[in-house]
Amino acid sequence: MSATLVADGVLVLLLLGLALRATAAADAFAAVVAFVAFGLLLALAWMRLHAGDVALTEAAIGSGVTGAVLVAAAMRLPPTLPHIPPEADPEAAFPKAMPGGAARPEVMPGWAARPKVILGEAAIRLAALLLSGLVTACLAGLVLWTTGPSHSQAATALRHLPELGLYNAVTGVLMAYRGFDTLMEKIVLLLALVGVWSLARDTVWGGRPFPAAIPAQGGAVTLIARLLPPIGIVVAVYLLWVSAEEPGGAFQGGAILAAMWLLVLLAGLRQAPLLGSRLVRWTVAVGPAIFLAAGFAGFAFPAGFLSYPPGVAKAMIILIEFPLLLSIAVILGLLVTGPAERRP
Amino acid sequence: MSSLTLFGLCAAGLIGIGLYGALVDPQPLRKILALNLFGAGTFLMFGVVSRRGADAGLGGDPVPQAMVITGIVVAFAATALAVALLLRIFQATGDTVLEPTGTGEE
Repeated sequence: MSATLVADGVLVLLLLGLALRATAAADAFAAVVAFVAFGLLLALAWMRLHAGDVALTEAAIGSGVTGAVLVAAAMRLPPTLPHIPPEADPEAAFPKAMPGGAARPEVMPGWAARPKVILGEAAIRLAALLLSGLVTACLAGLVLWTTGPSHSQAATALRHLPELGLYNAVTGVLMAYRGFDTLMEKIVLLLALVGVWSLARDTVWGGRPFPAAIPAQGGAVTLIARLLPPIGIVVAVYLLWVSAEEPGGAFQGGAILAAMWLLVLLAGLRQAPLLGSRLVRWTVAVGPAIFLAAGFAGFAFPAGFLSYPPGVAKAMIILIEFPLLLSIAVILGLLVTGPAERRP
Repeated sequence: MSSLTLFGLCAAGLIGIGLYGALVDPQPLRKILALNLFGAGTFLMFGVVSRRGADAGLGGDPVPQAMVITGIVVAFAATALAVALLLRIFQATGDTVLEPTGTGEE
């Protein structure tokens, strides 16, 4: 008992330490690296909580793809600390502070107000510290004082799984019991992608996104980008197929496919696609569209939206999940590469 | 003290760290990062509750686990959109730090 407790204690301390590093590190890049390491350890914590599906998702999406987005952003933004006060450029900081073209005050307002600002900052920090401490203390109290089994919907959720041909309870919940949530989640991803694309400047609309291949010809990246994708594709399809019985699923598989694609893009073996092309748009839409169509097909049978008729349920779920795998992979990849920045 | 309690306390700590970072850090990128820590703590709390709801021979209640999977994906979508907005703002204005408007003259 004590050995696992010690191991879990070390894991928890590492998690908290990395979280502190991710918020406190002076350099944004170091903070992001700490965050990615944190995510991988968090996946271990999920395994300790007997949640293999969540562990895979955390490692692939929470740490992996989110980490890729944050690393790319940290590399493109200039190092900002120590934080530059606005008085460094009074014209930019107070463009409308002097209406009617009044002469600029002799003492720049920012400098005069500097001590006040610092005091304000300290007060804000203290208030934030108190608030976060209070929230943490309340939650810790809740954890310590509530005992015994919690209320569970597991029995209701599990009742129909054998009819669906699914033996992984989490996949069953995602595809059937809470299928509506899963459908909405795809819509959220699509909306996020539309949001990201719409940030492109008009002149490059429909063009290619940022990563113009990093010149690494003959380097290790190129070698890995040639070796790994065939294996990655097999693993991704396997993760989806096995999700009926074991941890896995369309998202975890999709994230691996997306990683393989990004690797190929980074190595410069292929160009990023034209975001305006029909092929890209159809690929992104096909998975959610089939899911939605299958949902409406439920109306043709007595049970209603997103219900699967007995007998063909497993076939229907596979029919939904494989196009979803492709769409998810492309959506995740395109969310990482961002809006168009080069002319079509 | 059991392992489950330890992970529960870890979740509470992560939520506190994330909340503090999101409130005080002036850099939007660090705020996004802190919000992700906040989210990770919240999800972990779900995991602890899920483990307590274990029955029928399962390791944990599958319903909160499935909700966490959906949550992680939605958190990623929000992060990607926020980062894209941040990069666009930087492209347009050159700012990477949030400043209170009207500093000093109030």
